[in-house]
Amino acid sequence: MKYRGKVIVTLKPGVFDPQGVTIRSALHTLSYKEVEEVKAGKYFEIILELENCSQAEKRIQEMCDQLLSNPVIESYSYQLEEIKN
Amino acid sequence: MRFGVVVFPGSNCDYDCYYVLSQVLEVDTVFIWHGDKDLKDCDCIVLPGGFSYGDYLRAGAIARFSPVMEAVKEFAEDGGLVIGICNGFQVLTEAGILPGALLPNKGGRFICRQTYLRVENNQTPFTLLFTPGEVVKIPIAHQQGNFFIDPLYQEEIKKQIAFRYCSSQGEVDANHNPNGSWENVAGIISKEGNILGMMPHPERAAEKILGSEDGRRVFLSVIKWWEEKRWK
Repeated sequence: MKYRGKVIVTLKPGVFDPQGVTIRSALHTLSYKEVEEVKAGKYFEIILELENCSQAEKRIQEMCDQLLSNPVIESYSYQLEEIKN
Repeated sequence: MRFGVVVFPGSNCDYDCYYVLSQVLEVDTVFIWHGDKDLKDCDCIVLPGGFSYGDYLRAGAIARFSPVMEAVKEFAEDGGLVIGICNGFQVLTEAGILPGALLPNKGGRFICRQTYLRVENNQTPFTLLFTPGEVVKIPIAHQQGNFFIDPLYQEEIKKQIAFRYCSSQGEVDANHNPNGSWENVAGIISKEGNILGMMPHPERAAEKILGSEDGRRVFLSVIKWWEEKRWK
């Protein structure tokens, strides 16, 4: 079975995010004055082939813990979907 | 004694370190390729500055999985001396060999300039030729040097601070913090004291012509420590 994992990595609350702050001020310059906060994160799409969904979920979690996120400063969430041909 | 300078794809201060050690200080020095697991009988490993693996994902995140890092981790756990400079510091935190993380600079910009540092601890193999509270001049050049540590561990880490950013008079405050680092941290040592991570570049302050010779004392301290075998 083929699966598509969609992983989103964000900074934990309290971790300074200069990208978000810079984007927010650019949005203000573009007259989007209603913007209160912007948080920047990372998005990964991972295609993998495994026997079943629970295996795919386990592997995606391992990838997130080991490489895709740094647990000291980041947290992650993901969605998993089966790719049907 | 012998120094080993690790070369990752994207390292760019590897030759500077090699030059300072082998030519200026005239100590036995070899390069160690990132794909090798053999540390060539080195007594001190230097992880140099640069942009290993293009800083993809996070600075140091990919380099920590290179074969040489397995050997470096083992070496460090056995009490071997390791210095991580700039990107090398980032690699050490990503690998969990040193605590904390290095976030993007508070101002969002790459900063390349001379900084003053206050020596907080001279009871380490890397700082024994400094005096406590001494102000030294060593430059920084980084985009991600904003040292972060979870509030849970802050009290514990305070004892491990080696260098802090300060004024030329040694004042440590927000006005003399170039990147937003917690407690103005510029460099920390491991709990056991055998690993140093620092954002400033001591190899860029090792000759008079470069404007400061303070950085060479980091390497000279290691050599002296090794000669006296103070650690064991």
